[in-house]
Amino acid sequence: MVGLIVVGCTIATGLALLALRENINLFFSPSQIVDGTAPSNTTIRLGGMVVSGSIQRGENLGVTFVLTDLAEQVTVAYEGILPDLFREGQGIVTQGKLDSSGRFLAQQVLAKHDETYMPPEVNDALRKVMAVDQ
Amino acid sequence: MSLPRSDQSGHSDISLGTAFHRLGSPPSVYRLATQLTPWFAWAAVACFGIGLYGALVVAPPDYQQGHAYRIIFVHVPAAWLSMAVYVVFAIAGAVGLIWHIKVGFIVARTSALIGATYTFLALATGSIWGKPMWGAWWVWDARLTSELVLLLLYLGYLALDSAIDDRRTAGRAGAVLALVGLVNLPIIHYSVEWWNTLHQGATVTKLGAPSIHIDMLVPLLIMGIAFKMHYLTVLMLGVRAGLLKQEKRASWVKTLSPAR
Repeated sequence: MVGLIVVGCTIATGLALLALRENINLFFSPSQIVDGTAPSNTTIRLGGMVVSGSIQRGENLGVTFVLTDLAEQVTVAYEGILPDLFREGQGIVTQGKLDSSGRFLAQQVLAKHDETYMPPEVNDALRKVMAVDQ
Repeated sequence: MSLPRSDQSGHSDISLGTAFHRLGSPPSVYRLATQLTPWFAWAAVACFGIGLYGALVVAPPDYQQGHAYRIIFVHVPAAWLSMAVYVVFAIAGAVGLIWHIKVGFIVARTSALIGATYTFLALATGSIWGKPMWGAWWVWDARLTSELVLLLLYLGYLALDSAIDDRRTAGRAGAVLALVGLVNLPIIHYSVEWWNTLHQGATVTKLGAPSIHIDMLVPLLIMGIAFKMHYLTVLMLGVRAGLLKQEKRASWVKTLSPAR
């Protein structure tokens, strides 16, 4: 009986999640924005990497930067406090709308980080090793 | 009436079943819990002392997050325990359901209270950290949502348990709910792999070497043990209180000296 409950629920949940799998689409990529897959005039999420040297600060807290998926690029405009983890080369997710000129007006900027934790000295040493290899 | 009154002692099969029931009888569980409490409590104090010193003083800052990453020394053990306690909670409920051992229901109920606390702690510390680092208090990504479902499962169980007056019926109904919720545990653990989440992937509990520096890993693991010892301490206290409440009319309770 107990085994039946556990197995039954697992199968039911598994099937439900499998069906939902296609719909759990966290964000669109810059390529999908450029080729028109992403809908305009509605709030969507755009994810990508911040292009080095593209961050431009404007008046007050306004800022623009370029996001890339290494294929296409989209310029993002945002006004507000950026998360601490926001930096060049960082993977981020923004939520907002596309305007008519193809610029992405972000209402929210979220920074993603990976599972690596290390002291700054170790990171510096790693970078030196990689620089020597190249 | 010299023997302590064991619950469901009507079973006639001797051997393993009898020994199992005697072991799970309220007086012997009460005695064991009383003996174990100070050991777990002192182990918890020692591990929290060493772990917090290591976490806040010895461990170096992170290359990206600086000192703000130190919240993981509370956040990660709380999240680990929120799931580990759920396993104990569901197994204890199943033991009560299958073998009619009432102590199982007491362990389940106490574990649910502690588990709900850890789950809340994991969600709250993650949220406090998430605002400055991610840029949002809350995101509906798979990891955060499944952990919230875990909290709702605990709270749903506690609500169900307190809504039914008969202790045996409440225990059985709660145990079924606990078993149904078991399916959520693999979803929480693998959510960061199955879906594209804002939450990071596994650092320690993954195949291969942990991607965290050893000076940070050691205090993290000690804090993990500290949380486990804290859980066991509170579990022992809760089980003792639960047994006294349930067996208040039993002869073995009356023989306990009031000085203890």
